[in-house]
Formats: sequence, structure tokens, C-alpha cells
Amino acid sequence: MTAQLRLPATRPGSRIMSTGTFRPARVVTNDELAPRIDSSDAWIRERTGIVERRFAAPDESVADMALAAAGKALATAGVAPDAVGMVLLASVTHPYQTPSAAAEVADRLGATNAGALDIGAACAGFCYGLGLADTIVRTGTSEYVVVIGVEKLTDFVSLDDRGASFIFADGAGAVVVGPSDHPGIGPVVWGADGSQKDAITMTQSWVEYRDEPGEHYPVLTMQGQAVFRWAVGEISKVCTEALEAAGITSDDLVAFVPHQANMRITDAMVRALKLPEHVVVARDIATTGNTSAASVPLALEAVIESADLPSGGLALLVGFGAGLAYAAQVVELP
Amino acid sequence: MSNTEILDGLAAIVNEVAGTPIADITPDKAFIDDLDVDSLSMVEVVMACEDKFGVSIPDGEVKNLKTVGDAVAYIEKAQA
Repeated sequence: MTAQLRLPATRPGSRIMSTGTFRPARVVTNDELAPRIDSSDAWIRERTGIVERRFAAPDESVADMALAAAGKALATAGVAPDAVGMVLLASVTHPYQTPSAAAEVADRLGATNAGALDIGAACAGFCYGLGLADTIVRTGTSEYVVVIGVEKLTDFVSLDDRGASFIFADGAGAVVVGPSDHPGIGPVVWGADGSQKDAITMTQSWVEYRDEPGEHYPVLTMQGQAVFRWAVGEISKVCTEALEAAGITSDDLVAFVPHQANMRITDAMVRALKLPEHVVVARDIATTGNTSAASVPLALEAVIESADLPSGGLALLVGFGAGLAYAAQVVELP
Repeated sequence: MSNTEILDGLAAIVNEVAGTPIADITPDKAFIDDLDVDSLSMVEVVMACEDKFGVSIPDGEVKNLKTVGDAVAYIEKAQA
């Protein structure tokens, strides 16, 4: 007779206990970027809704920014670092194939009992991480999970690229996920469409660059219209699925926090979803730019503060981007 | 659908997406040059047209729809 495997006790729910963010000090205006691409402040605002954004300092790494955000989230949650069971760090700009940024951050946080891994899912990374954290906590695998979204996109964007130089920026946002006596994070709806992998990609792979270095090392490149069409057409449907999976409607929401890809995408999604007037829409991109994996947690904290949103209120989060990939869920606000 | 119905439907869409006054949306007008509908708004207009008129407008076609009249003609042909 074989021995029976044992599993830990499950929990009725998990919840976001706190948020923590790090925005680099250097503010970059449209006027600073526009001349190099023969554009203007007005055009950039009109096209993207971005007024200004933050660039990390040369000595501010992805791990540094992640550490700052995660430290604040842990302090606010009142969770000791050595109680953390897992550090999930979503980023595509940690400039090493290995080791993970998460392992370094866990060490520097003092999270001596935590597992650590990086999530490479670009703009969907944070919401993927949040879905995993919810599962980890509810299955009893870990009691507390730190989920971080962090990017230093300025390392991988060309300031001469008329399509991208003014969009991407740097920053970090983190949450602590812990146990709850009822569901505080709704079911995650996730998916991918690799047939559109070229819609958001790099100009070359590293081995292509190694073998045939062009004028520039590999940087981000994007087909804006294809991404716009996908975001407004398909991701709006994903949002509806996430609401249905959680058993609520948009009437029940206090906030909508989409990945801050472009203000025009946000506006079009709000129209497509026919969001009720009372739902506050996160528009952090105006002063933060598009920070890929950091975008949702930065926007979440910003909208909670600016709109004074109530703890326990429901918010719909959705991340979508390179892959193409997406993840969405409804959450109770911390 | 008659050309007038298509034009009216299209005008309502452009008005909703880009805020262009309905009276300005006539067949001779160019989306980008006359009506201030940039390429991102065009994507939204095209998607709404596909829904409203039950047609398919592939990305490759969109750049050929320079004027309101081009779009009406395309939709009418696609519906046939």
C-alpha cells in the first residue's frame, strides 16, 4: 500500500493587504523628448495622453526599484520579511538572463524563507503574478506573497524611435497578498495569442545582435495599430469575462485599473465596456508613462489615493501586452 | 442598406469616436486630413463599422479608405 500524499489546509480567500510604489526622481517632459523625434508636446498628449514620465537614474536598477516598492508594501502591511513565503517579480527589463531579480530582492528584503522567481509576461506580468499569488495563498502553500511589477524600459527603448520614445518609462509597484476569511481576489482570467508575437517585440534577438550587430543593440519595437485593435476588441471581452467569473457586474465596481498602455486605449476600452459613470478609471499614464509590468500596481496605488477609494471596494484590474498575453481579475481594494 | 443609411451610420460612429460634428462628415471629406481622425481613431471607427454593418475590414484595406465616401463604398460592396 503506497503512502498517501498530504496537502496543507486551504483558505477561503486571499486579499491585497497593501500597496507600495517607487517612482524615479527624474521627471521627463514631452518638450524634452519631442525635438529628437520631430514631434511636439501637443502631439504626444493628443496621441497618448502622456504629459510627463519618470526615467530611472543610471545607477537605479530593476532590483533597486523593486526593493523600494516591496519594502514599503511590507511595512504598510505590517508583515515581517521572514514571514514572506514567495516573491514574484514581474519584469522584462532585468538585464540578466540569470539570476532572477526576485532572488536578489528577496535577499535584500530579508525574506529568508521565501521562494523567488521572475515572471516574464511584460504588461500582463503583474496581473498574472497576482493570480498566482492568490492561488498560492488559498491552497495553503504560503501565507504571504509579495508581488512586484517593475521595469527600467528606458534601457531598451530608442529615444529616436518616433513610435515609442515618448511612451515607455520606469518605475515599480508592489503588493502584499495574504489570507482572507472570504475571497478578496477574484478568479484570474488569463490567456495568450502567440500568433501576434511580432506586434510587440525587440528589433533583434541577442544572438542575432551577437552575430550581426546593427547600429543599436536590441530595443523594443511595436505595431501600435495592431495592438490598439487587439486591446480594444479582445481585451474588452476579457474584462467582461473577469467580471462574470467573479460573479459581479460593472455596476458593482468602484474602479477600473487597466494597464496604462495609452490613454486612447483606456478611453476606447471604457467605451467598449460601457462602464457606468460612477466607476473611477485609473489614468496614471498621464504622469507615469507606460511602465509595462509596473503599470497596474503604480496606477492602483495612485487611483486609490487620488480618488480616496474605500477599502474593500471592488476594482477590475487588467494587464495586456507583449506575447501577446493578458490577465485580469476583480479585487477588493486594500 | 442604402448609401444614405451607411453614411448616417458611419457619421454617428465617427462622431462618437472622434467627436467630429455630424454635419461635417460628408463623402468628400478625408478622415485624417479633413476630419482630424488619426490612425488610432481609425482603428476604432473600423471596428465599430464591422460591428454595425456586419462586414469585415482587414487592416490592409484600412489605408485605402481615405475619405468618408471610400468607406461608404467599401461597406456597401462588402454587404452585397
